[in-house]
Amino acid sequence: MPAAQAPAPRPQLIQPQPQSWDDHRIEVILGNLLRGGVLLSAAVVLWGACIYLFRHGHEPADYRVFRGEPSEFRTIRGVIQSVKDGRGRGLIQLGLLLLIATPIARVGCSIVGFAIERDRMYVAFTLIVLAILLYSLLGSGLGV
Amino acid sequence: MTILDFTAVVAIVSFVAGLLGSLTGLGGGVVLVPLLTIFFHVDIRYAIGASLVSVIATSSGAAASYVKEGFSNIRIGMFLEIATTLGALMGAFLATRIPTSALAIIFGAVLLYSAFLSRKPRTLAQRNLPPDPLATRLQLNGSFPDMGGERSYNVQRVPTGFSLMFGAGALSGLLGIGSGAVKVLAMDQAMRIPFKVSTTTSNFMIGVTAAASAGVYLGRGYVDPGLSMPVMLGVLAGSLLGSRILVKAETKSLRLVFSVVILVLGLQMLYKGFWGKI
Repeated sequence: MPAAQAPAPRPQLIQPQPQSWDDHRIEVILGNLLRGGVLLSAAVVLWGACIYLFRHGHEPADYRVFRGEPSEFRTIRGVIQSVKDGRGRGLIQLGLLLLIATPIARVGCSIVGFAIERDRMYVAFTLIVLAILLYSLLGSGLGV
Repeated sequence: MTILDFTAVVAIVSFVAGLLGSLTGLGGGVVLVPLLTIFFHVDIRYAIGASLVSVIATSSGAAASYVKEGFSNIRIGMFLEIATTLGALMGAFLATRIPTSALAIIFGAVLLYSAFLSRKPRTLAQRNLPPDPLATRLQLNGSFPDMGGERSYNVQRVPTGFSLMFGAGALSGLLGIGSGAVKVLAMDQAMRIPFKVSTTTSNFMIGVTAAASAGVYLGRGYVDPGLSMPVMLGVLAGSLLGSRILVKAETKSLRLVFSVVILVLGLQMLYKGFWGKI
């Protein structure tokens, strides 16, 4: 659409504001949820780091050659098992899984927010985003 | 180098990258992958996996402080996330199939473009553009607090912005970066969303987009705990500190320095990619 369509009506007059106060309140809650999730996951990663560095800190570091992670560090089941075994790297991966889950939880909560506002179109959009995220996490080899 | 030394050095480098990325608004992820591959000789796939994780941490960690200001538009974000997450999924699957030298070349090109974009003057703020029928239907228009009250805006060219966002998502999934540069192109240039609204909305989109490809990376074994740990913690600490001092700091000269760093790293990545040294 050409930008120079004269006369341009003043948008305030014809455009109701869909960004309501409710939107903002939901966002503030979600923002805090995200920060909490990040801090929690950072704490878990740090905890795992202590165990890992204490046990393996003096071994040589080598990331030149790509080997791919073993299944204990790339499936949810494997990560949980290695956490149960008290492994540092398992805890780090658990922290990273929590981190990946925070934006997903945020999207999930947005569905509730839009539902309260009875905005069906955005409930649908948010469901699509959530489905893509869950497919990525569960359907792409990560498995359960 | 022992694991302990390696972890400490990577954590410090990541901290500085996160700090500079947040102070300049250019993002820390974009320099991390080249730094890890060029100076630490980390395989680019491990580097991308670790950077992707740090991108989620930065985005989610900063969300609370951005949201309070009331600039971000949750509807624009959610609508465009359909495009970015689909793109990210595609990018992540592509990343597992294309050779690492090609990854390095694409990365170099994106770095050069980011450096160019960071030197370009900001586009003029939109004033009273006519409402676009599609944007109105999708309820994308909004308002934000400005000097002397609320200022409303009308979003333009939704299909163009949506397609560019798919590209931004694909790059994010392919390279493990936030793709801030392409998002600015889509939201500022194409959709004419006011600068403050587009930067804050893009911040929250970055985390969701990165989460869409992170699942694929983790499942494919590209996320190494030993490497991701110092990267994630360092970048998170750096960017949180950066967002605290952002208001006071003089960022103009810092931006210049950082964009020169991005330019040099971009040339390095292109060189390594073309000569197959990666």
